[in-house]
Amino acid sequence: MCRLSAITANKYFSVMDNILALDTMKEGHDGSGLGLILKDLGGEFKDLKEYPILSGICTDEGRIKLDEFMKQAGFKIKFMWEPLITESPASSVTKRGHYLTIAYQYPAEYIDRSQAEKDALLTHTRMLLRAEGSKDNSLYAFSFWPDIITLKEVGDPLEIGEFFGLDQKPLKAKIVLSQGRQNTNYAIYLYACHPFFLQGYSTMTNGENTAFLPNRDYLLRRGFPGYSNYDSDSEIFCHTLHFLHKKLKYPLHYYKDVITPLNNQEIAARPDAAALRLIKKSLRPLCIDGPNCVIGFLPDGSVFMIQDSKKLRPGVVGGAPGRYALMSEECGLDKAIPTRNKDEDIMPMRYDFVVISPNAKEVQVWNQLKG
Amino acid sequence: MEPTKGLAMDLALIDFPYIIRWRDDRCTRCGKCTAVCPTRCITPAVIAKRVVHSEGDLPLPTTVRGVVQVIKQSTDIDHYCTGCGTCTLVCPNMAIAPEYNPASKFLFHKNKGGIAYKRGGRRNDPSTSTLDKLKFTRISMLTDPALDAGRHEFNIRTLMGRNLPAEDLPLLVKNGHLVVEQGKFLPPIREIFPIRIGGMSIGALSPPMWEGLAMGITYLNEVENIPVVMGSGEGGVPARLLKSRFIKYFIPQIASGYFGWDEIIHALPDMVEDPAAIEIKYGQGAKPGDGGLLMANKVLKLISEIRGVPMGVDLASPPTHQTKYSIEEGVTKMIQSVSMAWGFRVPVYPKISGTKTALAVLNNLARNPYAAALCIDGEDGGTGAAYNVSLDKMGHPIASNLRDCYLELVKHGKQNELPIFAAGGVGKQGNLAANAASLILLGASGVDIGKYIMQAAAGCFGDEHNRCNLCNLGKCPRGITTQDPRLYRRLSAEKVAKRVVDVFKTAEMELKKVFAPMGRSTQLPIGMSDGLGVSDPAIAKRLGISYVC
Repeated sequence: MCRLSAITANKYFSVMDNILALDTMKEGHDGSGLGLILKDLGGEFKDLKEYPILSGICTDEGRIKLDEFMKQAGFKIKFMWEPLITESPASSVTKRGHYLTIAYQYPAEYIDRSQAEKDALLTHTRMLLRAEGSKDNSLYAFSFWPDIITLKEVGDPLEIGEFFGLDQKPLKAKIVLSQGRQNTNYAIYLYACHPFFLQGYSTMTNGENTAFLPNRDYLLRRGFPGYSNYDSDSEIFCHTLHFLHKKLKYPLHYYKDVITPLNNQEIAARPDAAALRLIKKSLRPLCIDGPNCVIGFLPDGSVFMIQDSKKLRPGVVGGAPGRYALMSEECGLDKAIPTRNKDEDIMPMRYDFVVISPNAKEVQVWNQLKG
Repeated sequence: MEPTKGLAMDLALIDFPYIIRWRDDRCTRCGKCTAVCPTRCITPAVIAKRVVHSEGDLPLPTTVRGVVQVIKQSTDIDHYCTGCGTCTLVCPNMAIAPEYNPASKFLFHKNKGGIAYKRGGRRNDPSTSTLDKLKFTRISMLTDPALDAGRHEFNIRTLMGRNLPAEDLPLLVKNGHLVVEQGKFLPPIREIFPIRIGGMSIGALSPPMWEGLAMGITYLNEVENIPVVMGSGEGGVPARLLKSRFIKYFIPQIASGYFGWDEIIHALPDMVEDPAAIEIKYGQGAKPGDGGLLMANKVLKLISEIRGVPMGVDLASPPTHQTKYSIEEGVTKMIQSVSMAWGFRVPVYPKISGTKTALAVLNNLARNPYAAALCIDGEDGGTGAAYNVSLDKMGHPIASNLRDCYLELVKHGKQNELPIFAAGGVGKQGNLAANAASLILLGASGVDIGKYIMQAAAGCFGDEHNRCNLCNLGKCPRGITTQDPRLYRRLSAEKVAKRVVDVFKTAEMELKKVFAPMGRSTQLPIGMSDGLGVSDPAIAKRLGISYVC
């Protein structure tokens, strides 16, 4: 079972906070990888909020290919950040090439276009880069979005953090999702590593999605090019969230109602029963059944945790206004926020949907039975 | 010169599909076996033979030639032994039993008078079906804990009716909640148990059989909370049932003969509940391209009243609906007309026989907003009466036909909009839940059973060795497919109902036992084909599932 570590705060903090929390939960993961997504970036990115940042990895050939491609597409480099790679013989991490974190200026013809058009351009560009890079494994493109950085690598999470030099030259953000990977069903493949990201939405989970195939087949034909390349059964969670919240424009809590629907008697007791009955039927293929604690964020900076319908995975939320952590294990929470009032820790059960508002202002627990 | 008796064109017993094994030493000559034989293939007879005889206190055997009574098997092809075994059931001394004869030449001769062999039952192929070759190979265990069939909450239900795509749902957001926009059309959908009892008509079935099924499903719905629905088959529904609240558990069928529909339409103003659905039968897996057939000897008073026809006449439905010259217009209009009769509150869907052209039908239905589903009946479907050649050689196996159709819907993203119900051979070898689960994983929203429920709930003798299969003659020795009171009194509607309840309760538990280790409980795993494996590479390739060995 993978370990999950998410922190949201109203002040910038180092991603090492997440990595150290993961390290305390180490028994759960076998150190086969680390995935990090940072939102609301600080440090050198603090004043670059509107510029899309490409996160990925490439070889020397891939770098040439990337630069040529982006030039043709009209993107201009605004800023580039590179991790301070510290290679040590004892490290479990092997350097792949260039770790890309490049902020671009939109193509001139896009600068005055609508946000929707810009969003579509970024998704399209990322997918083209991924397709191009996959031909010879010269380029991985994890995300291409403003104010978002993604880092993924194979190895022990703490060693990866040190390999990237994050302990010396920290990356800072107000929201960080990180997953300590346990390699189970899939060969180690970077695109299969959590957290997953799509157009401002990100999720990571610590379970298995037994309903992957029906979920995937449904999303693949929703007419949105971003719903593709399902290298992990868990990528579904992110795309389903995007589909419900962005495409269908449902309020957030219906995410829980779709992936873990209530039974008919429970629905009858909800004030919005008529709508629930419809979405339960029409979105039947997006129901998940496997064990999963899902942690994610939305474009507005809300961070959430939900459980599968049988609460088969651990998950705990704690902290205080200004800094909350969402962890798969209590010990991770102790590491991330040792001074909190533990009596106020929240262990969401099967009906609970824990949402922390933007800027870690407050935590709310929405109960699915009550609606 | 040798005698010619028996050597000309007479058949020998070894030419027959079943040979009666009769024990002279056990037989008390009670005559029960000959009285119940539905084909009169056994008769009391006398033969002259040498008999060892002894009388008195001491054994003093003497041989005498005498005339003795025996049970004789006919060698007349019209009086062949069907292997039903009714004789065995009534014999008090275990003196008689039919034995299957694989060397039979039955089909070479069963066309006397130029009349092609007709029968009931299903395709005579006793080999392991494709469905029975499939295994469930994706077992959740350590990486994702298996669910507990006995403890966790399961929802073994499916949807019958058209599902609007989420993008088209009439929903508005008000105060952070979704509300349904009023005044928009929502297609009718029923939540039902994924195994239905397929269309078997009153007429094809005897009164206690039909009543037994009806009572069984009513009990399942109202007491066990398992929403099983049942098709009426062609030929109408009794007026009392139409006007009762129980009609909601039934799917009246409209077929090419339109039998009984005048009565149904006239009952409409008095109906207090809507039917579960309406099935328009365009084809049947057992006899593709053939219409229904109810032989005259089954058309008695009750049947003639329900169907609105005179008594004692053959009731043949045409092979096709005569008014339907194209699927684009005719079928669409028919679905709309029938929908309109119930105010668009009842799902209306067509049933077709398995065929290579199913995809064309499917694509048309997928574009028809009023089509509620598609039911495909594969080649192993059963019937009460059909030509043997149709039963044995016509039709398409359900597994690949269903799979093709489901994947076609997936290609267009409509797999949740138009449910497919698969039929034909479900439970053929007794594995009802496993076959149903396999079809669901291949993409079916549900399955239909017919032959299985007759076998399981009423002890139907029929099998794929052509055992019995006399449904068409009204001589069913179990009393299942006959209108002869002397025969159907053998069947207790109450006992049939009890067995129907047993069957569905068991099926629900077994489906849980299949789905739980695969980690599915909340929704039916429709199309979850990664759960399936098969040790035949050709089947694996064709169905797009894992090859396992």
